[in-house]
Amino acid sequence: MTAIEEATPIQHVSPRRRLTDLVVRVLVYLAFAIAVVPLVAVLWMVISNGLARFDIEFLTHSMRNIGARDAGGGAYHAILGTLEQVALSSLISVPIGLLTAIYLVEYGRGTRLARSISFFVDVMTGVPSVVAGLFILAFWILALGMPFSGFAGALALSILMMPTVVRAAEEMLRLVPADLREAAYALGVPKWRTILKVVLPTALTGIVTGVMLAIARVAGETAPLLLTVFFTDSINEDPFNGPQMGLPLYVFDQAARPTDTAIDRAWAGALTLILIVMLLNLAARLIAWWRSPARSR
Amino acid sequence: MSKQITVSGLDAYYGSHKAIEDVSMTIEPRSVTAFIGPSGCGKSTFLRTLNRMHEVIPGARVEGKVLLDGVDLYGSGVEPVSVRRSIGMVFQRPNPFPTMSIYENVAAGLRLNRRMPRSQTDEVVEESLRGANLWNEVKDRLNKPGAGLSGGQQQRLCIARAIAVKPQVLLMDEPCSALDPISTLAIEDLITKLKQEYTIVIVTHNMQQAARISDRTAFFNLAAQGQPGKVIEMDVTTRMFTSPSEKATEDYITGRFG
Ligand SMILES: Nc1ncnc2c1ncn2[C@@H]1O[C@H](COP(=O)(O)OP(=O)(O)O)[C@@H](O)[C@H]1O
Ligand SMILES: [Mg+2]
Repeated sequence: MTAIEEATPIQHVSPRRRLTDLVVRVLVYLAFAIAVVPLVAVLWMVISNGLARFDIEFLTHSMRNIGARDAGGGAYHAILGTLEQVALSSLISVPIGLLTAIYLVEYGRGTRLARSISFFVDVMTGVPSVVAGLFILAFWILALGMPFSGFAGALALSILMMPTVVRAAEEMLRLVPADLREAAYALGVPKWRTILKVVLPTALTGIVTGVMLAIARVAGETAPLLLTVFFTDSINEDPFNGPQMGLPLYVFDQAARPTDTAIDRAWAGALTLILIVMLLNLAARLIAWWRSPARSR
Repeated sequence: MSKQITVSGLDAYYGSHKAIEDVSMTIEPRSVTAFIGPSGCGKSTFLRTLNRMHEVIPGARVEGKVLLDGVDLYGSGVEPVSVRRSIGMVFQRPNPFPTMSIYENVAAGLRLNRRMPRSQTDEVVEESLRGANLWNEVKDRLNKPGAGLSGGQQQRLCIARAIAVKPQVLLMDEPCSALDPISTLAIEDLITKLKQEYTIVIVTHNMQQAARISDRTAFFNLAAQGQPGKVIEMDVTTRMFTSPSEKATEDYITGRFG
């Protein structure tokens, strides 16, 4: 009884709690600022340095016949290469990753096969990117005798992309309430159609976001490309034959050259890469928004 | 449309745990049959064995017979999917498909199973929504998401979705337990109307509700925690509520336990 009587009067916040509140508040803002500084710094550096050469010529020309000290030249061959390599690796790893996730969540729950797949996906997540490149170099190019090509690079990238896609899709599929599956079964909808028409659409937004993150991750990979795509200064539109270029390779190559014009090209290449990833993200947002049920509300 | 269900010697398991034992009963067509009993005695489990939804849970299995107008639902060669098309189900919590509009929700059972011309789908959607007493409330916003409706409306939407596939039996697992009294009344009215056409089985925790809407009532109970649930008594509702023949039934109905 006395405890209740003591607690009843409405009190002002004590100075001690005010102080604690202030300290924690400052700490949280500080942590946020520290986290944001590198992001802003990177963006600022890339934009301010990259704009110097970010022009029409840069976007439409390759480095063919550009001498070591010449100005001009561009990254068209590298942009084309990156787009083709990333598109190919997505074509390989998104279907496989998505189907794996569907198996893990919808069919394989608790089975030994599912557990071992899960284990190997975890192992794959930890594979360093250079090892993925080495593997394709040893297996695809040296053992099977295939040429250096954009496709070989895409294979290496898809090794890196697949586990990310599996994990992201798996997470999203698990978030779909069992209620919805049961509601569909109770209408006499077969399991595979339930997955296709109810489970996947419900998880779509999250899966698209996950796939975009995976793409963003591999788009900037340099090491595996170095070993599989090789280098070229010319435009190679065929991703299945002959050395290609990629934006990360381009940046790597230009930044290593001693002239200021090359350094400027490297910055412009980095800016292009960031813009491509941002555009992809924007596209993903649009897809998510377009499919979202809240749109018509 | 409406069919009789005859259950004999039915046991249901979750893995090695026997949840219900030796249930036998007849469920009459064009009537409402209510299941009452304390929590955990296997009412939901039994209800889900009637349209083969029980086996959806990993490790769950059923022994015994369920006859729908003489056809054994657990006979060899019977497709669970087709069983569920003729025996619809409404769940405790309203569960409209979140990615679909009101219209698409009602049409889901039709569209997910086969192609159907738009005009015919329109017709079925309107008919089902009218059947579920929801048409007047939603006819101007059929293209809005089903999740935007109130709880009671969502539950009627789920009923409309279930009757759109024209089942012969409708199973309802505590359909009003998440709803306010007004919505509950709306659903009860609806059930009374639907029994003209369907065989209805409803699980309820609400004695008054069972008394108001059901024709026959089955009382489920279990001997002790961990023991399988059993049907203690089944009778015409009025008789069950006025002069039950078992002591346990009387205790439960008068609120002495459970
Ligand atoms: N998914 C499940 N897995 C394992 N056991 C379950 C599951 N669902 C219910 N049970 C068990 O089956 C018994 C009956 O449960 P249920 O049919 O839900 O009872 P009621 O609907 O009468 O409250 C309970 O002992 C419960 O613990
Ligand atoms: Mg229950």
